[in-house]
Amino acid sequence: MEVIFLLIAVSLVLAITFLVLFFKAMKGGQFDDDYTPSIRILFDNHKKTTKKDQPTKPKSYE
Amino acid sequence: MPTTTQKSELKCYHCGEQCEQDSLAIGEKIFCCQGCKLVFEVLAENNLCTYYDLESFPGESQKSKTSRANRFDYLEDQSTVDQLLDFKNERESHVSFYIPLIHCASCIWLLENLYQVHQGIISSRVDFIKKKVQVKFLNEGISLKELVGLLSMLGYEPKISLAAIDQKKTSTVDRRTVKRLAVAGFCFGNMMLFSIPEYFSEAELIAENFRGLFNYLNVILALPVVLYSASDYYLSAWNAFKQRQINMDVPIVLGIIALFFYSLWEIFALGNGGYMDSLGGLLFFLLLGKVYQQKTFATLEFDRDYKSYFPIAVTRLVQDREEVIPVTKLEVGDLILVRDEELIPADSLLMSSSASIDYSFVTGEEVPVLKRKGELIYAGGKQKGEAVILTVQKSPSQGYLTDLWNNEAFEKGKEKLLEPLSNRISGVFTWTVLIIATGAFGFWASSDMPLAVKAFTSVLIVACPCALAMSTPFTLGNSLRIFGRSKFYLKNASVVERMALIDTVVFDKTGTLTDPKRAKVDYQGDPLSEETKSILKSLVSRSSHPLSHRINFWLGEIPSLNLDGAEEQKGKGIQAYYKGQLIRLGSAAFTGFSSSHSKEIGNYVYLVIEGFEIGYFRILSGLRAEAGQVVKSLDPAYELHLLSGDHPHEQASLKEKLGPSIHFNFLQSPSDKLDYLGKLNQFGRQTLMVGDGLNDAGAIQKSRVGVALTDTITHFSPASDAILDATAFHLIPNFLGFAKQSRKIIKLSFGLSFLYNVAGVSLAVQGILSPVICAVLMPLSSISVVVFTTLATNVVAWKRGLLTPKNN
Repeated sequence: MEVIFLLIAVSLVLAITFLVLFFKAMKGGQFDDDYTPSIRILFDNHKKTTKKDQPTKPKSYE
Repeated sequence: MPTTTQKSELKCYHCGEQCEQDSLAIGEKIFCCQGCKLVFEVLAENNLCTYYDLESFPGESQKSKTSRANRFDYLEDQSTVDQLLDFKNERESHVSFYIPLIHCASCIWLLENLYQVHQGIISSRVDFIKKKVQVKFLNEGISLKELVGLLSMLGYEPKISLAAIDQKKTSTVDRRTVKRLAVAGFCFGNMMLFSIPEYFSEAELIAENFRGLFNYLNVILALPVVLYSASDYYLSAWNAFKQRQINMDVPIVLGIIALFFYSLWEIFALGNGGYMDSLGGLLFFLLLGKVYQQKTFATLEFDRDYKSYFPIAVTRLVQDREEVIPVTKLEVGDLILVRDEELIPADSLLMSSSASIDYSFVTGEEVPVLKRKGELIYAGGKQKGEAVILTVQKSPSQGYLTDLWNNEAFEKGKEKLLEPLSNRISGVFTWTVLIIATGAFGFWASSDMPLAVKAFTSVLIVACPCALAMSTPFTLGNSLRIFGRSKFYLKNASVVERMALIDTVVFDKTGTLTDPKRAKVDYQGDPLSEETKSILKSLVSRSSHPLSHRINFWLGEIPSLNLDGAEEQKGKGIQAYYKGQLIRLGSAAFTGFSSSHSKEIGNYVYLVIEGFEIGYFRILSGLRAEAGQVVKSLDPAYELHLLSGDHPHEQASLKEKLGPSIHFNFLQSPSDKLDYLGKLNQFGRQTLMVGDGLNDAGAIQKSRVGVALTDTITHFSPASDAILDATAFHLIPNFLGFAKQSRKIIKLSFGLSFLYNVAGVSLAVQGILSPVICAVLMPLSSISVVVFTTLATNVVAWKRGLLTPKNN
């Protein structure tokens, strides 16, 4: 039964991790615009578009 | 096939407009104007023709664009630039623009590929819903002025207004509440898990030594809920307490405190389970309701004042040299140059010989008014035609129109006008609960002291205002969404409550009940020669009477002639001599027109030359098709008023169409309108004002609920509580009815949560409340209230015709 202590600790740590991730995502502005990304994903990346010019991860909107 | 292309099918490759000729063409692609062609060339050069593949004709016509080169010179002013920038360091700057023209996938694609057009641009991102684009650029590579110029050249001119400079926009979604909700949800979920052994304590699911641990974990998890998630409620309850009032948050705080400390006592002193999970649930549901109520319409601005309309920069003449300065630096006595389609930023005297000022922005009247040298021109007018020179008389913040904003009506919010229904009920609720709790305590105190304490706290715990506190936000939040779907956008949820009490509806005439674009002019009589038309043109352009404007508009762009001895009798007519002949235009009495003619509805203007009756104009005010029907269906239940800045010439015909019970008020200046609403309020009327122009701004602000009617919701509308799309004008009676019904729904759901409380309290006073009952009762009451209010508002809205499939 003692394994339950460990499981509780693991589950709490996991849940807290998700909460922190959620805060991080919110602070980064991921929930500010929930429409434009749905269109953006449909654009083809043309050969001329070089990878380093394009931001790879969502940047904040502050 | 180019050979089979017919003339009628010539569409501009850029904007899709009909082209008159195919002289502007590149290969098979035809362009309507140089502007469109230029945009295409720039895009083609930079390999950006995907723009045209994503949507057909994605561009905006470039025909009417003003292409003045020094238009953005004010962006060289360093202080203006600094105010506009979001961020700046040695290398790069970030700036956000509001671009109303963003309308399709192509727009997003092009604006996010700006870095391919100009080396200086690092990246850009579009927020489609807010119609905003954030651009990051290298300070060395491109200046802000060049950037704005580039955007404008591509057809996406940013809208930069004084208001945007004055205050930095705040995030529309209240992130703080969402964070509190997330914490409460996290703690609530985990606490429920740890409470499961407690729910099934009879079944002995788990060894005794775990129970203690689980309870202590619950206490730890409850701390962030009590200390962080609930903090707003303490603040609000404390503020109410200081003002000797009881709002909804007082019983909530009472419940939180009772739950928390009683549970602490149970866990540490008695070794029992406590009610920490219920505490978490309470705050989770409460905050959920709060977030649900915060529906915002991100693209709409409700708090605009004159600063949002006025131009940000103006051309000043200093010793015949032009310089572009920000409007804020304009001083009395400055000479300014106002070009075609430019707005006049301050009350000024006209120095040029004549100007044609379009006040549609202010009054809704779209026919330009002719002004002569030396006349005062109010801020807010738009010059039509060639550039004019003006001398500034008042600073932009103190003009005739902007004076309205100094009225105290603009200072305080309307939220305080009406005490929300929930606050009044919660006062009664709190006292009742306290009386029952002390009653139960007194009853048991003599026989069984521990039971008395338990009964007292149980009543406080179970008489949870949760369901009570949730009925309002969920009903109003859902109403807000339903209104929004029917193109009626409310500023916040409290507007629904105020709308429910409306008993007086005030309409503005021009632009609201009437639509100047629909006005019809008919001429009957001897045919008019070109010369006669020119005479008429010069006659009517001297008059400021609305009927003269109509005729002026009907005559169109024709040359005017020099007349002698022109003279206007206000409200009667106008006369002048041409080649020795007396020409009179006006009412039948003024002109002496006596021949009989058909007397249909409309306004008649007669033309008599040297005693010969030439003919007459029949002018129909462009009443909105639904106006009559709307007014009539409001008639018995609401007191109706009409305010108009115009002459009363249309009163008879309006009365006929709108019914006899409406109160007419003509010749109202913007501040008259404000005072009129103030007077109605003093008589205790609950007023709803529907207006459109800047001249209604005062009245809209003074009314209990101010509605701005507009054809394009993202464009122009004065500060208001609600913005109504003109296509939904006919639904006004339904909206009012629906608001009344939602108030009833709130009351009904109060009744429902009252039933739960009676059930819970009757258990609590006997001292037999257990964690299981608490854990079941609390979410059950909350969820059932949410389901009830949501279903009820939807059913009512559907019955009122607000939720037809078309609107969805």
